[in-house]
Amino acid sequence: MSPAPVPARKLRVATTSLAGCFGCHMSFLDIDEHLFELVELIEFDRSPLTDIKDVGPCDIGLIEGGVCNAENVHVLREFRRHCKTLIALGACAVNGGLPAQRNHLPLSECLREVYQFRPGLENGQIPNDPELPLPLDKVRPIHEVVRIDYFLPGCPPSGPAIWKFLTDLIAGRTPRLAGGLLHYD
Amino acid sequence: MTKQFLLDGQPVPFEDGQTILEAARKAGHYIPSLCWHQDFPPHGSCKLCIVKAAGRHVSACATPAKEGWEVESNTPEMNGERRGLLQMLFVEGNHFCPSCEKSGNCELQALGYEYEMLTPRFRHFFPERPVDASHPDMLLDFNRCIFCELCVRASRDVDGKSVFALTGRGIHKHLAVNAESGRLADTDFSKDDLAARICPVGVILPKGRGFAVPIGERTFDTETIRSKTLKEEES
Amino acid sequence: MSALPATPTDALDGILQRHGHYPTELLQILIEAQDLEGWLPAPTLTHIAQALHIPRSRVEGVAGFYSFLYTQPVGRYRVLFSDNITDRMLGNAELMDALCRKLWIEPGKLSEDGLVSIATTSCTGLCDQGPGMLVNGRAIGQLTHRRINEIAEMIRQQRPLDLWPAEYFQISDNIRRKDSLLNLDMKPGAALSAVVEMGREGWLREVQTSNLRGRGGAGFATAVKWASARNASGEPKVIVCNADEGEPGTFKDRVLLNSYADLVFEGMTLAAWAVGASEGFLYLRGEYRYLLPQLEAVLARRREAGLLGRHILHEPCFDFDIRIHLGAGAYVCGEETALIESLEGKRGTPRIRPPFPVTKGYLGRPTVVNNVETLAKTCLIALGGGEAFAASGTAQSAGTKLLSISGDCAEPGIYEYPFGVPIARILEDCGASDTQAVQVGGAAGVCLAGYEFQRRIAYEDVPTAGAFMIFDGTRDLFDVARAFVHFFAHESCGFCTPCRVGTSLLQGFMDKLADGHGAKADLADIDWLDRLLKNASHCGLGSAAPNPVIDTLQKFRPAYERRLVSLDFEPAFDLDAALAEARQLTARDDPGAHLQTHEEEEK
Repeated sequence: MSPAPVPARKLRVATTSLAGCFGCHMSFLDIDEHLFELVELIEFDRSPLTDIKDVGPCDIGLIEGGVCNAENVHVLREFRRHCKTLIALGACAVNGGLPAQRNHLPLSECLREVYQFRPGLENGQIPNDPELPLPLDKVRPIHEVVRIDYFLPGCPPSGPAIWKFLTDLIAGRTPRLAGGLLHYD
Repeated sequence: MTKQFLLDGQPVPFEDGQTILEAARKAGHYIPSLCWHQDFPPHGSCKLCIVKAAGRHVSACATPAKEGWEVESNTPEMNGERRGLLQMLFVEGNHFCPSCEKSGNCELQALGYEYEMLTPRFRHFFPERPVDASHPDMLLDFNRCIFCELCVRASRDVDGKSVFALTGRGIHKHLAVNAESGRLADTDFSKDDLAARICPVGVILPKGRGFAVPIGERTFDTETIRSKTLKEEES
Repeated sequence: MSALPATPTDALDGILQRHGHYPTELLQILIEAQDLEGWLPAPTLTHIAQALHIPRSRVEGVAGFYSFLYTQPVGRYRVLFSDNITDRMLGNAELMDALCRKLWIEPGKLSEDGLVSIATTSCTGLCDQGPGMLVNGRAIGQLTHRRINEIAEMIRQQRPLDLWPAEYFQISDNIRRKDSLLNLDMKPGAALSAVVEMGREGWLREVQTSNLRGRGGAGFATAVKWASARNASGEPKVIVCNADEGEPGTFKDRVLLNSYADLVFEGMTLAAWAVGASEGFLYLRGEYRYLLPQLEAVLARRREAGLLGRHILHEPCFDFDIRIHLGAGAYVCGEETALIESLEGKRGTPRIRPPFPVTKGYLGRPTVVNNVETLAKTCLIALGGGEAFAASGTAQSAGTKLLSISGDCAEPGIYEYPFGVPIARILEDCGASDTQAVQVGGAAGVCLAGYEFQRRIAYEDVPTAGAFMIFDGTRDLFDVARAFVHFFAHESCGFCTPCRVGTSLLQGFMDKLADGHGAKADLADIDWLDRLLKNASHCGLGSAAPNPVIDTLQKFRPAYERRLVSLDFEPAFDLDAALAEARQLTARDDPGAHLQTHEEEEK
């Protein structure tokens, strides 16, 4: 892949993980030496890579993970408000993924199983601290909560897939994952 | 002179009675399908083989070819409709590829790759479809059923058992097994049945074997469904 | 296993016996078997499968397909409120609520004592005297709060249906305008005598001259259909009268079967003479089961009179008889190949065409499927000749058409007009005022706005199977379209991907708008779905399903737009409600335990 033409200024990119495992972020780091090319083209805003806590105006937002609780909703909405282009990164963001497999169970059953009935728990109770975000009844793909511009599936998407996707985007091309880069697993 | 029709501008010869899909594949042109199988009569339910013949949308698997027809298949319009149908199949079931043993060997997934489906686009139905693990050798995971009825047909017409049937209607349609208890273990299903290995997705799976071939090295990790289908046609 | 009551096996065996243990009779057997206990327990299905020597899975497949067959217990009083848009306009929802409240029961649920269950069902064909309901399959119209109170009381007292006031079950014909067909006073057998005189060839020529076209809506030339079946190989040939009148807003066949059954059966026999058929079926929709006894009586009378059976009218080679086959709540069975599947005792899934029924239909034999009205009309041709018939109506649409008129008008009912009658004239005749729109041809038909009322009922302009639903200025056309979308989603057979999933997705979008979550982006998605449904569906149900939305989006777009809460995007579900369960589990109600449904409110 030819390096992307350098845009007039560095693009500002924010990333976050909602109900995900950070695997997609790890895969992002798997673009290896392309990271050096990438930092010439972009700068990071809020991201686990920078530890910036609040998202500011950005060109691109990358969202890993689905929406499983109220905090996810707030963060996702923040990203939508601040990012010109919002991308669903990985299987969980695209269709809920592994966390969404609780969707056929009533929430009460999930929480009671974890906090009350698990062997070894005595007098366990479902946490009710107002600090904690409440879980939604179902885990949702992010496109069911805000408008999403692009989708990059995979569990996780491979480093090359992420690199191809980003270089397309930065160069002003509609990203395409042809030639074996597209995977759902 | 053999008869022929035009597929995306290319002449495709055919014999009387041949369908558009059969003739096209024989001539080395790929038209996708999920419910079609060379050993069974056309079914026409998945609609992935949809083409425009003489301006009308038809199922290529069920429509006999006609002399002089102009057929559109590999066009942005038809491929867009196919992508839409794939998205419908993905949202109506529970298709979580990363945790599916069939991933990499699944035709639904492979078609998603072929038609560059990046998102299921619509609201997910997240239906409740309990698995049936009662049988000693085989597992039924209804979450992934696409209602192609290949298992129904194979069990009825080849295995002579009618282990499977569809019941319910519309979006509530579902697979049922031939037992009052509703359990696969209470049928005469066997892992050696044709129905046990005909599922194009991950509903009917053998037990006791998992991830024998690692993800990344499976059928559609190394080859597209297009080239695999056409290669099989040649042999 | 559950402690189910033992099936009265003797009665079941009697039913199986009566149907000769034929697997083709499976649907009829299931319908009658259900009468034993009100539903079909699992052991009953097993027993039927064993007796018919067919796989149990097939029996379960059929039992699961039809709305009126129940594999879970339902009430001893099974109340189904007709839920066509015309019933809704007459307040059926309020009446159903009232009945549920009085009987302490939730819709769709069975009361604890097993006494009663209440739910909705697709249009029952009582639009001219709605709101309508079916109680254990028997139709009651003109529901009012007073009637609902009385019904609740009689159910509580467990009074047998036969002891309910007879006037409840009186269904009026409501014939408002008669023309050639409804004025025909024919002595049974008169048309038959005429065509036997003509000979089979001469009769077929006469039908050809008449230019008669199918009254089911598609308008296929009747003579061509008959000739194709006649020329096709395979015996014995079959005539099917399609009385699966399921199109919402249509009830003309109900009236023909109620008061003109001889014309219908005679028409079938006329078709048999032309085609050389010896077997006939009347496919009667389950909602009209209450007509069964009187129809059987007409058939018996005709057999006695030598108009059915062997050597009809003493013709040596004219054997033909008719059986009535009941449907069980499946609109898709109005599609002729689905109807044939159903006749064969299977799930009503439309077949791949070709082959067409005229060459390979019922059990692979040449089969003619005609609409009730089409067959009745052939009596006119037999008696008056093809030319006279062709002379009425328009050039491309010969003869008259029965319209089932309902909705906002003073005199709903049956109106017979020569083809070519303008919409405006019909509206005037039935006493409609301030008409905003007319839905012609039912849910699958076309929605006409005021500026189109000069258009005419004819195959070449506004074709119709007969439904004519009127909406005045107080109605919201979005609600109308949404009701029809729900109907199609409920009635989709589920065979093909686009219709099975597409009708559900479309229903989801319409509900999203109705629930106050609509966004501009949804309208684009709706457009896209409409096109895919239209293009890719296996049969006419799926391709017609988006019609009401396409029409109303074009002609009544503001009805959609005023429901939008965002010009961009809105989730389809209520985010705050999605936290309700967690709030309850944690007993929290602090601000952090809530989400604003609309994003703007959050800032």
